[in-house]
Amino acid sequence: MLVYAGKRLLMTIPVLLGISIIVFLIMAMIPGDPVTAILGSYATPENAERLRDQLGLDRPLVEQYLIWLGNVLQGEFGRSYNLNRPVIDEVLERFGPTLLLAGTSLILCTIFGLLAGVVQAVRQYGWQDKLISLLVLIGISTPSFWLGIVLVLLFAVELGWFPASGMFAIYGGGGLGDLLHHLALPAFTLAVVATGVIARLTRLNMLEVLRQDYVRTARAKGMGERTVIMKHAFKNAAVNVVPVIGVQAGFVIGGAVYIETVFQWPGIGRMLVTAISTRDVLLVQGGVMVVAAAYVLFNLIADLVQHALDPRIST
Amino acid sequence: MTAIAQRASGRRRRSGRPGIWARLSRNHLAVVGLGIVAGMCVLALMTPLLPLADPNATDLAARLKRPFTDGHLLGTDQLGRDMLSRILWGARVSIAVGAVATIVAATIGSLIGIVAGFYGRWLDNTLMRGVDMLMAFPYMLLALAIVAALGPGLLNALFAIAIVNIPFFARSVRGVTISLVRLEYVDAARMSGLGNGRILFSEILPNVVPVIVVTMSTTLGWMILETAGLSFLGLGAQPPQADLGSMLGDGRKLAITAPHVATIPGLVILVLVIGINLLGDGIRDVLDPRLKSGALSRPRAMTEVAPAAMSQPERSAHSNAALALDRLSTEFRIGHDVYHATRDISFQVAPGECVGIVGESGSGKSVTAMSVLGLVPTPPGLIAGGQVVYQEENLLAAPLPRLQQVRGGQIAYVFQDPLTTLNPLYTVGDQIAETVERHQGLSRRDAWQRAVELMESVHIPDAAGRARAYPHELSGGMRQRIVIAMALANDPDVIIADEPTTALDVTIQAQVLKLLDELRRKHNAALVFITHDFGVVSEICDHVQVMYAGEVVESGRVQDVFERPLHPYTRRLMSCIPQLGRGRNPIAAIPGLPPAVNDLPPGCPFAPRCDVATAACTPRPISLAPHGEGREVRCIRPGESPA
Repeated sequence: MLVYAGKRLLMTIPVLLGISIIVFLIMAMIPGDPVTAILGSYATPENAERLRDQLGLDRPLVEQYLIWLGNVLQGEFGRSYNLNRPVIDEVLERFGPTLLLAGTSLILCTIFGLLAGVVQAVRQYGWQDKLISLLVLIGISTPSFWLGIVLVLLFAVELGWFPASGMFAIYGGGGLGDLLHHLALPAFTLAVVATGVIARLTRLNMLEVLRQDYVRTARAKGMGERTVIMKHAFKNAAVNVVPVIGVQAGFVIGGAVYIETVFQWPGIGRMLVTAISTRDVLLVQGGVMVVAAAYVLFNLIADLVQHALDPRIST
Repeated sequence: MTAIAQRASGRRRRSGRPGIWARLSRNHLAVVGLGIVAGMCVLALMTPLLPLADPNATDLAARLKRPFTDGHLLGTDQLGRDMLSRILWGARVSIAVGAVATIVAATIGSLIGIVAGFYGRWLDNTLMRGVDMLMAFPYMLLALAIVAALGPGLLNALFAIAIVNIPFFARSVRGVTISLVRLEYVDAARMSGLGNGRILFSEILPNVVPVIVVTMSTTLGWMILETAGLSFLGLGAQPPQADLGSMLGDGRKLAITAPHVATIPGLVILVLVIGINLLGDGIRDVLDPRLKSGALSRPRAMTEVAPAAMSQPERSAHSNAALALDRLSTEFRIGHDVYHATRDISFQVAPGECVGIVGESGSGKSVTAMSVLGLVPTPPGLIAGGQVVYQEENLLAAPLPRLQQVRGGQIAYVFQDPLTTLNPLYTVGDQIAETVERHQGLSRRDAWQRAVELMESVHIPDAAGRARAYPHELSGGMRQRIVIAMALANDPDVIIADEPTTALDVTIQAQVLKLLDELRRKHNAALVFITHDFGVVSEICDHVQVMYAGEVVESGRVQDVFERPLHPYTRRLMSCIPQLGRGRNPIAAIPGLPPAVNDLPPGCPFAPRCDVATAACTPRPISLAPHGEGREVRCIRPGESPA
């Protein structure tokens, strides 16, 4: 297991390098003079000259990339001129709330998605299957930013059960209870789409697995249906679903951009939207790089979980 | 049983596979989806022709009117503009942007996929590594980064969404292209001198199109959602241009005072995407048979049993038998077809005795075996009649909890392929121990100990160590020993072995046979041994039942049947046994195929393949009649040879 984890960790290095190349190239796509774009209204001749030198803009592209990569490896993502602070500080400060929101959603969608899929497969063609299928269809077709607004109108404005926005109450907030109270609506909204995707996949895999010979063997041994389904069938289905949960982490992190905007959640997604509107290019670059790296880590974890579940994967 | 299911689907396909549209129209949900999508598209196309208010005409006196007010069916927004008109014009933009993004992604992605799959090598490597890199990003994040570089705007948003969807097309198209390139007809085309370009267009492209269509149908919904999302964030459509997403984004600020301004555009997106997804699911089911498995039924915990098979046996009718089958009939109901897989199977097996059931694949041997404990998958299986008598009880009438006591307890199975039969994710020791735990109520620790003993009793060296091995870590012969140990776990009265040696090497076969024979003598268990190999029957069985097309055609003591086979089918089957020391005796395969069991002839089903058949064989059913001591045969010319 440790050997596999080590190997897998080494394999993330080329992926991270590739990501850095793409992030760098995207920023090189900026039309016009990048220095003007980065500095915006702070583009005094002295500032521009200093930045031009820093980024090595007079050198070839490959050299520019290497300079940039060297800086990134030292945690140096440049400076946000709008916020007047280092990019890395702002990104790390905003990353915690996003991780909390996306992580909670990921846990929710995993639990409910697996549960729904298993119930559907076991009750195939029954009313439970049909009802969940309908909910799943609506779930994967819902614009999450719209669902967020509707839920705020219903549960915050009409019923007053949950706060409409923010991470903590402005007055007297701050405890864990307050945090969870604020987290409930956005985390649920964010989880809806991924829950649908996981439920669909779980149903499909459960139906496939329940037809396998070893399930018949378990029944021929006289095992109870609960054991047949939860022990023999579910674990085999889960082996195929786990990598997709890793992929869903990417959709959840991406979807957090909307949810953070709707619920005024102080995360990295909202930071990115503001940064794009104000053309704070270095802040976008740093934010995207850090979040993409975190996503690679999520997938690594999904891989390790799959490995722990399935003894057949050896390399 | 599998053979029947395959033949069933094969037959239906032969009898004219309906066209794509016909199959799509049979899926009601897909038709609903098509209706929604078509309706929305027609509305969007006709918007300029409809008598609508100008979507951009502001009227500050009529701000934020609620829906259903005069002149404004869906009310007005914060600038007094007519919502209905704005929504139709906005939907037009959203649909167009989603569709164009899909086409762009499909074109570029498919091109990458085809080129990578067709030319392979370094080009494939380079292109696909690039695609992998795009996939390494969280989906929306890459789109945001692209918009950040290009600047906000509808066209840039479209471009960004198209780029992040390219990998989905590239990957699936590459997969299909690679499998096509390996096919023979592409080789043939190349040999006949066609250039690469011609091959791409005439051979590859037509076969790749279904994959592209399927991928488009899954991604179109996302692309509409994501472009609307970018507009919602203010990064897509810029005023005065508006799509559904930007209307939602604008309306959000006044959601509390005028909820309709934000909620209605979102509802329209929801309905549109539901329609697209319903249609997409339908298209996928029709075009991509690999994903159809979701439409397949999972087998229930026990086979459905018709009331006719639930009667209780008369006392002491089978007093000295360990297990007795009495007129057992099992059917498969697929659509409107009924497949009579087995009909009127009767035999019994005494303690310590071995009964062989022999016949070609598809003759109903396995179905007979699995019917005993209700292991025939339902749907489509149904036990239509007869009895399975164990200790004066008809097991067909037993409820599931009772059946679960007997399964693996008093009656145990050994199945054919020990690799698929064992669960790949648990150690073999665990899989043996769990049945001991279940039936003997031992603790985990004791059950494990017992599992190791059982493994020793089937001659597995280093049993304690091997118990912790997973099935894939053991050899085929070793796995089959595990399966046998599992069957012996609770000292059963009856062991049903369904082709236990077929998947094994010849030398291992002999070992497994010897083991089974030794065990049934030691435990005095009754053994039902199913095989297609008459040679194996002669080695281990006392009695034999020969099955053909779901019926027993001959039965008797093995010695007698071997010395003088009565049914022509038995004779042909026996001539299939290769015999050592007999030189180059020609091994005669039986010409022809068994009949389909949903379309049986009225008379003898073997007549068309029989070398002694006469006109009298075909008009009416032939019954199984006694012939000498302890023998029965279903033939009007028993024991006759061709003239």
